[in-house]
Amino acid sequence: MFEPQIMCFLCKWCTSGAADLAGTSRIHYAPNGVNLRVMCSSRVDPQHILYAFRAGADGVFIGGCHPGDCHYVEGNYKTLRRVTLFSKMLQDLGIDRKRLRLEWISAAEGKKFAETMDEFTEQIRALGPLDLKDKVLKREVAKDE
Amino acid sequence: MKDKEPKKRIGLFVCHCGINIAGVVDVEKVANLMKDYPGVSFSTNYVYVCSDPGQQMIIDTIKEKKLDAIIVAACSPTLHEKTFQEAAKLAGLNPYQIEIANIREQDSWVHSDKDKATRKAVKIIKAHVAKALRNESLQPIKVDVKKRALIIGGGVAGLQAALDIAEHGYQVLVVEKNPSIGGKMIQLSETFPTLDCSQCIMTPKMVEASRHPNIKLLTYHEVESVSGFVGNFKVRIKKKPRYVDEKLCNLCAECEKVCPQVVPDEFNMGLSFRKAIYMPFPQAVPGTYTLDEKNCLGLLPVRCGKCKDVCEKKAIDYDMKEVIFEEEVGAIVVATGYDLYTMQAIGEYGGEKYEDVINGLEFERILSASGPTGGVVRRPSDGKIPKHVVFVQCTGSRDTEKHNPYCSKICCMYTAKHAMLYKHRVPDGQATIFYIDVRAGGKGFDEFYQRAIEEDRVLYIRGKVSKIFKEGDKLIVWGVDTLTGKKVEVEADMVVLAMAMVKADGIPDLLRKLKIQSDIHGFLSEAHPKLRPVESLNSGFYLAGCAHGPKDIPEAVAQASAAAAKVGDLFAQKELLHEPTIVTVNDELCSGCAICITMCPYQARSLDPEKGIAVVNEVLCEGCGACAAACPSGAAQQRNQTDEQIFSMLTAMLSEEEHV
Repeated sequence: MFEPQIMCFLCKWCTSGAADLAGTSRIHYAPNGVNLRVMCSSRVDPQHILYAFRAGADGVFIGGCHPGDCHYVEGNYKTLRRVTLFSKMLQDLGIDRKRLRLEWISAAEGKKFAETMDEFTEQIRALGPLDLKDKVLKREVAKDE
Repeated sequence: MKDKEPKKRIGLFVCHCGINIAGVVDVEKVANLMKDYPGVSFSTNYVYVCSDPGQQMIIDTIKEKKLDAIIVAACSPTLHEKTFQEAAKLAGLNPYQIEIANIREQDSWVHSDKDKATRKAVKIIKAHVAKALRNESLQPIKVDVKKRALIIGGGVAGLQAALDIAEHGYQVLVVEKNPSIGGKMIQLSETFPTLDCSQCIMTPKMVEASRHPNIKLLTYHEVESVSGFVGNFKVRIKKKPRYVDEKLCNLCAECEKVCPQVVPDEFNMGLSFRKAIYMPFPQAVPGTYTLDEKNCLGLLPVRCGKCKDVCEKKAIDYDMKEVIFEEEVGAIVVATGYDLYTMQAIGEYGGEKYEDVINGLEFERILSASGPTGGVVRRPSDGKIPKHVVFVQCTGSRDTEKHNPYCSKICCMYTAKHAMLYKHRVPDGQATIFYIDVRAGGKGFDEFYQRAIEEDRVLYIRGKVSKIFKEGDKLIVWGVDTLTGKKVEVEADMVVLAMAMVKADGIPDLLRKLKIQSDIHGFLSEAHPKLRPVESLNSGFYLAGCAHGPKDIPEAVAQASAAAAKVGDLFAQKELLHEPTIVTVNDELCSGCAICITMCPYQARSLDPEKGIAVVNEVLCEGCGACAAACPSGAAQQRNQTDEQIFSMLTAMLSEEEHV
């Protein structure tokens, strides 16, 4: 069975807290995601997302605080705008926009984090491998030749 | 990102956490695998790294192996990051060279497949190696603190905060725009649920504030502008001309007697009159007359000058000018209070047309012994004692379509109090209250409301009022009783509207000056709704009272004391330490496009006018990184979370090299 690689950017204040809570509550979920903790979801630059896909991620997840709850006032709104715009661009780049997901998960929502991880893993599994890394490498090799 | 790998000697400590981690992750295997990983000079595993011997092992190893950075693969950094930073400090390592790889909460506790969990642990650790290789040693940013507080607003919240801070031993400035301190509380008659006289509890506080050696009252002053940052604010304050020297005025009242100008009295909500030279109310602090320049004839070209002639103390000076001066403070408490929603906004209730439709604060003045009727309940139009008073709750509150969606919180209780006090004054009168819900959640509140119904026979009708109009000398109130589903028509002599609490009049202007945030209703925003309820998001600003949202007196006082305690925390520090993981700008890459400036919620970003490039105020920057993500040229980088670090972490986490 295809095991997708998922890159998760988690905001320190909410979603990373939710991931910790899932841990303390011992809620098991799919191990396909690896987490990178950022201070705020608004720290995530579209370049980071693209880089993650290039480096081998089949799906990218961004978790932030619920609207109105951002530790930095309005960072999550900035993220929402960026991700909305960027997912349209992804489509143009030939990457299914379903491979990028933004969710608001508060530090109290450990269960939601676990469920989201399971659900997203299944979604990416259904989409199949992205293989962007291989494609990019092949193209680079072809260019060199 | 194929730049050359930085060189560092990194130590890795993989924690078993008993069986919490070791039960799922093969810690020994992880530690062994990582031994040969580029950058890692030392790798081990230990049963409880956070224990005393565990920490000692870290300290010894750092010294022995001359490590430049360490990674502790253990529980969530929220638990022991501080612990390990302190341990590393003891070994002479900069705390910003410590990385915590969370392999418990975000790995061993949530996965059961040992092989997969072990692989994941390796990925997590590799990412932290990539980051640790590029971490800078940082020192907290130090800032001096000016140990002097500014309180904006001299109502009960502002005075409480001022008194508490003064008692901590710090200097306090209180700026109040009105001629006297006292705020709204001094206008109230009696307070719920104990029915003690508001003035009797407020005046001693006012006097105490005026006499406290650490408090300087600046009444009839306004804040003009604020610059600087936490610990170091520069405040420009405007002294409005009072035209009376408050030190000379001995309250003989001769000026008032001769003044020919009669105007509505604001303190009595326009229900009585005052002269153009006046004392707002008998207990005003400071005890001095004030000449109201809008209504005085003497300031006009053709001078009246009557008051000046009779003033034996020569306290009146028509040439007094407005003065602007600057003060330095370290913290600012905003306690600017509230205003009532205007009756014009609800035309169908006729508040504008009919004199006998009044708001709650007007009724407070009517009930007050020092009020326009000396405490006898008389209606404004003809001075008759009303035999039937209708009270309408939630006027302008809890109306998502036309008015304010929020609950004004105090109206349920003060309406019960109004009805009760009315019944005490007019025992044969009838008090009828229209309500949506009765929210009596507070100490002694529900008992108080029950007392209004049972002992004072106040009639509660559950429903809204649709229209109020006049017929003869009666006011007809149309409403609905939602419990019976029937329309109700009540003939009343007077109607009291419990108008919604709204932001104070000058708030939008003040917020622009202070550069702090409010919610969409203009109430000030707190830093965190649960955990930091008295601080503004902008460091150095604190909130007290109704400026933050509707609340009753005890809540306002509690919040003021909490804000004062927070100011005390700030002032107790020799210097402020600010997290150094902020954003920096690479001068050579910055084009001065200013996108970052629009991104910053803290006004930490600005353009250097000379160089034309963006700069960061390192004290104001909170390190969210939103500007770094927005910077199109990569000039803005967050310290210890640079793009390069994120890219290298992504590479490390996503690489398919088989290490397990």
